[in-house]
Amino acid sequence: MAGDVRIAIAADADLVRARAEARAIALGLGFSKTDATLIATAISEIARNILVHAGDGEIVLEAIAGDERQGLRVVARDGGPGIRDLETALRDGGSGRGGLGLGLPGARRLMDEFDVVCELDSGTVVTMTKWRIRSSLERLQARRSRHG
Amino acid sequence: MSVAILRQGDYLIASIQSDLTDREVVELRDDLAQRVGSSRARGIIVDVTAMDVIDSFVARALRAMAITSSLRGARTVIVGIQPDVAIALAHFNLDLAPLHAALDLEEGHAVLDRLLQGVAKDGG
Repeated sequence: MAGDVRIAIAADADLVRARAEARAIALGLGFSKTDATLIATAISEIARNILVHAGDGEIVLEAIAGDERQGLRVVARDGGPGIRDLETALRDGGSGRGGLGLGLPGARRLMDEFDVVCELDSGTVVTMTKWRIRSSLERLQARRSRHG
Repeated sequence: MSVAILRQGDYLIASIQSDLTDREVVELRDDLAQRVGSSRARGIIVDVTAMDVIDSFVARALRAMAITSSLRGARTVIVGIQPDVAIALAHFNLDLAPLHAALDLEEGHAVLDRLLQGVAKDGG
């Protein structure tokens, strides 16, 4: 993937697009089919969260290339009311609106890293990352291309 | 159309052809609840083979379909959940117990046959 990919979330159909794009990008970064599905599922949950709680927002997908590992970072931003009780929202069945509040805790379990920052009345930012270990061949190739 | 619904004997087969929007998922649930009556179906098979991602909303909607149709007198079996989708769904704290699932259409038919045999026996 060349540069960040931004997906605007403002309607029902954007969730379908976000799922498909996330899956394709994860596969393109060398993630397994299973991991690509886990990532796409987590993105679907936070995209729906944006839609239900804030109305609109955006999701940015970013590749992080480390020497030992390859990451896909997902940043979801909205300008909604924020989450009043974050601890409860991250618990299964915690948040009531628009569902049974299984989305956020589910997304957290689907990814390797998960972080929510929210300021009341200025929106919520969810950052989550999935990692995969790069094979020795891949590392060698990356080093070679860096050194010309 | 994203979902093809056809009738086969006593059963309705709903084949989801592509990823669905939330609205389409809810429409499918409502449509199936109606059709159980209009076509006097006793069983429903929902084929989700084409769905690459099933998140908690869709899983809950599938569960709602099964409960709704059972209140209308029909049993529901979900077929074709992909292995990766099953792995993803296991990360959610979802109660999918009311949902019957089978590997493919053929197995789905067999599960419905068995479920309805049980009903017939209980009734007689």
